[in-house]
Amino acid sequence: MSILGNRVVRVEDPKFLTTGGVYVDDVRDPRLAGAGWVTYVRSSLAAARITGIDTSAALDSPGVLAVYTGADVDDLEPIPPEVNGLNPTMLRPWLAHDVVRFVGEPVAAVVTVNRYQGEDAAELVSVDYEPMPVVVRTADALRDEVLLFPDAGTNVALRLDDGLDETLFADCEVVLTADIVNSKVAPAPLEARAAACAWGNDGRLTFWATTQNAQDSRDQLVEQLGLAPGAVHVITPDVGGGFGAKFGLSPEDAFLGWIARRLGRPVRWAETRSESLTAMGHGRAQEQTVTIGGRRDGTVLAYRLEIRQDVGAYPRMGGMLPELTRLMTSGVYDIARVESRAVSVVTNTAPTIAYRGAGRPEATAAIERAVDLFAAEIGMDPAAVRRRTLLPADAFPYTTAGGATYDSGDYATALDRVLAAAGYTELRAEQARRRAAGDPVQLGIGLSVYVEVTGSGDEVARIVVHADGGATVHTGTSPHGQGHATSWAMIASEHTGIPHERITVLHGDTDEVPVGGGTGGSRSLQLGGAAVGEAALTLVESARKTAADLLEADPGDLVLDRGAGRFTVAGDPGAGLTWAQLAAAAPEPLAAAGAFAAEATYPFGAHVAVVEVDTESGQVRLTRMITVDDAGRVLNPLIVEGQRHGGIAQGAAQALLEEVRYDDDGNPLTTTFADYAIVSAPDLPSFELVAMETPTPLNPLGAKGIGEAGTIGSTPAVQNAVVDALAPFGVRHLDMPASPERVWRAVQNAAER
Amino acid sequence: MELTMTVNGQTRADEVEPRLLLVHYLRDACGLTGTNVGCDTSSCGACTVLLDGESVKSCTVLAVQAEGAAVTTIEGLATDGVLHPVQQAFQQEHGLQCGYCTPGMVLACVSLLAENPSPTEAEVRHGLEGNLCRCTGYHNIVRAVLRAAQ
Repeated sequence: MSILGNRVVRVEDPKFLTTGGVYVDDVRDPRLAGAGWVTYVRSSLAAARITGIDTSAALDSPGVLAVYTGADVDDLEPIPPEVNGLNPTMLRPWLAHDVVRFVGEPVAAVVTVNRYQGEDAAELVSVDYEPMPVVVRTADALRDEVLLFPDAGTNVALRLDDGLDETLFADCEVVLTADIVNSKVAPAPLEARAAACAWGNDGRLTFWATTQNAQDSRDQLVEQLGLAPGAVHVITPDVGGGFGAKFGLSPEDAFLGWIARRLGRPVRWAETRSESLTAMGHGRAQEQTVTIGGRRDGTVLAYRLEIRQDVGAYPRMGGMLPELTRLMTSGVYDIARVESRAVSVVTNTAPTIAYRGAGRPEATAAIERAVDLFAAEIGMDPAAVRRRTLLPADAFPYTTAGGATYDSGDYATALDRVLAAAGYTELRAEQARRRAAGDPVQLGIGLSVYVEVTGSGDEVARIVVHADGGATVHTGTSPHGQGHATSWAMIASEHTGIPHERITVLHGDTDEVPVGGGTGGSRSLQLGGAAVGEAALTLVESARKTAADLLEADPGDLVLDRGAGRFTVAGDPGAGLTWAQLAAAAPEPLAAAGAFAAEATYPFGAHVAVVEVDTESGQVRLTRMITVDDAGRVLNPLIVEGQRHGGIAQGAAQALLEEVRYDDDGNPLTTTFADYAIVSAPDLPSFELVAMETPTPLNPLGAKGIGEAGTIGSTPAVQNAVVDALAPFGVRHLDMPASPERVWRAVQNAAER
Repeated sequence: MELTMTVNGQTRADEVEPRLLLVHYLRDACGLTGTNVGCDTSSCGACTVLLDGESVKSCTVLAVQAEGAAVTTIEGLATDGVLHPVQQAFQQEHGLQCGYCTPGMVLACVSLLAENPSPTEAEVRHGLEGNLCRCTGYHNIVRAVLRAAQ
C-alpha cells in the first residue's frame, strides 16, 4: 500500500515538543565562542541629513568592543536593488552616513560582550539629524517633487506600462471604477531576524542564518562582501517562520560578516520585535485602480488594473511585485479584454519585501472586488456573475492575455462545492431575514474564486543509504514549518520501501547541499519533492544492479519488495539483500542524485467567508470560513490542511485586523505586537475545508503549491463579506482592514446621506 | 545577586544581575533554549513557562522575582521520556509547524487545562489569546487542546 496520500504525523515534531527547535539564537557552537553581540543604532527620522555622529560615550560604556558608523565601511560597495530590472541607481548604504531614508534604517553598529550591554551602549550613540522633506504616500512620491535619490532624478523604481486602450470599455453598458488599497502588512514570523558568523583560520566565513534559501544567501554574502566563491558556508538551523520575509538575507544580516572580519572575532545578532516591525520590511503595499465593464445581463466584457506599488525606501523584492500581479490580472475569468499597467515608487518607509503570495494576492483582491462591484451595480448575485464568467473546465491548458499558461483547473466545480458546503442559499435567506428585521447585527457573505502561480524552475536531491538500513535525503529546499522532513521521507520511502521514520532529511547547509533554490513561492513539493522522487527511482535502479552483482544474478530478475525493503531474486525468495545488507556490502556508497525542472503550476480554489457586523459598534466577527483549495494531488493531507489553515488565517487577518501604519512624517505607528493587531486565536473560527484534487500534468506527483493559496483566497472573501454586510447602507467598497472605526464610519456616513 | 531556583526539578544557585530577565536566565545560565523570545511587550507568549505551576511570560519576569520558585520549561514537561498528553496531542493534530511558538504554546495549554479541564472551543480560543502562532491559524492548536482534554 502506498504511503502517499496518508495522514502521516510529522517525524520532526518530538524535538520541537520536548527540547524546542534550535534556532539561530539557540546555536551554541564552539566556533561562536566569545562572539560579540551586535546592536544596530537605527534612524529615528524618516528623512534627514546626518550632520554628526558622536560615538565617544558609547565607546566608554561597559562591555563595548567596537562602534562602527558608515564612515568605517570603506571597503564594501553599496547594496544594489535586490532584483534586476529595478532602478539601479537606488543604492543602499550598509550604514547610513549621508542621509537616512526611513525610520529604522541602521546608522551605526555597536558590538558588546553581551546583549544587555548592547542596548545600553546603543542608547549612548548620539546622531545629529537635519530633517528633510518626507514622502510617505505613493501619490506624493509619483509627483517627483521630493526625490529620495536625487541622482536617480525620479522616485520611480520600475514602470510597466504599454499604454492604455481607450476603447477598452466602449461597448459596455455598465462601467465601474474604484480606487482600492491593498494595505501594508507585516510578515511577522515569530522568530524575527537573527544571524551569527565566524571566520575560520582557513579564511572561510561560517554563517548561521534564519533564511528560506541557504544557497542564495551564500551567493549573496560572496557578492556583497566581495569574497571568493567557496569562501562562505551557510548553515540554516531551525527557522521560526519566514512567509517570504526571509527570502535572501537582509542588509543587517550580511553586514555581520563585515563586522566579524573587522573586529577579528565572531559576532551574533538577534533583533527585537520592535526592530523587526520597523525595519524587516512589509508586504503588499499596493494602491490599485480597477475598472470593470460589461452588460446588465451579467457578462463581463473588459477589465483594467492599474497598480501603484509602494517600494519603501530601498528597492527590494517589493519593487517587482507588480510583475506577478499583472501576470495574474484576469484571475479565473474569461474576459474578452484585459489590460494592466504598474508603477513602483520609493517612499520614506521600510522596504517592501515578499510576503505570502507576493503579488498574486493583490491581483486576486483587485478582481474579486471588481466582480463584486459589478454584481452589486447590476443587482445580480455575485455567485451567479462568477459562475457565468469563469473559465470552463475544458479550457485547460489555457494561456491568458497576460501570458500565463494555466496547467489544469476546474473553477466552476470549486465554486459549486464551496457554495454547497457553506449552505449558500440558507445563508442568503438568513441575511435577508436580518435585513428585513433591521437587525443591528448584519450578516455578510463574501466570495472569492482564485487562481495563483507556483513553482517554476528546478531543484535537486540526493539520497544516501546507510549500513544500518536508514537513509539520508539531501534537498535544496529549506523547510521552516512545511514538514519536508516528513514529506520527503514519505516520497523516498514510497519508492525504496525504507520506512519513512528511518529517513533523515538534510537541508540548508551549503557545504552538504551546494545547490538549491530554497523554499518560497510554494515551489518545494512540486520541484524539490519531485527531485527526491527522481533520486529515489535512480537509487533503486542502481541498487538493483549492485544487488545483482553481489547475488550473481541478472538485474532483470531482481525484484524490490518494498514492504520488506529487500531485493529478492525472482523465483528464489530465499536469495536477497535488504537495504542495510546492500549498503554494507556495496563497493561504492549506495547513493543517487535526482533533479527535476518544470514550468509553473496554477493552484486554484474558492472561498466563502461569513461575517457578523455589529452596525452599532462597527465590530466585525468572522464566524465561518469555508474553502476549497485545490493544489493538485495531496501527498500528506495533515500537512496540506495545516498549510491551508495558516494561509487562510493570514489572509483573513489582513482583511480584518492587520495593517502597518505610518503617520505623515513617516513615523511607524505599529512597532509592537501591542500596536500591530496580529491575529490571535479568538479572532478566528475553525475553518471548514472542502477537499478537491485536480492533478497537474507537469510533475510526477501531480502536485501544485499550497503554501500561499489560502492567503490569496481568504483576503478578498473576508473583505467582500464585510462590504456585503454593509450593502443595505449603500456601501459598495471598504478598504482593509475592517476596523471597528472604519466600519462604524461607513454606517454613519450612510445614515447622514 | 544570589538566586536560588528549582528548574525542571533541579535546584540551582547562581549569581545574576538584578535586571536579568527570567527568559535569559533560563536560556543563557541554564542552557534551556527551548524557551523562545518573540516580542518585547509580553504579547506573543513564545516565552511562556510554568512558575509554581502557573503560566507566566518569562520575558516580563525578572529572574530574581522567581527566587525560591519552581519553574517548568518545555524541556521538563515530559516524564521519563513519555510525552505529556498536550505534547502528544500537538503532534497528532499537527498543532505546530515552524515550532517557534510551540514551547510557550504547549505550556500555556497545560496551564489552561489545569484551570479548566473540559473547555469549549471558545474557551480554548479565549484562553490562548496571549499566545501567538503565525503558522497554524490556531485551528489545529485548538483541536490539540480539545483532544488533550478528553
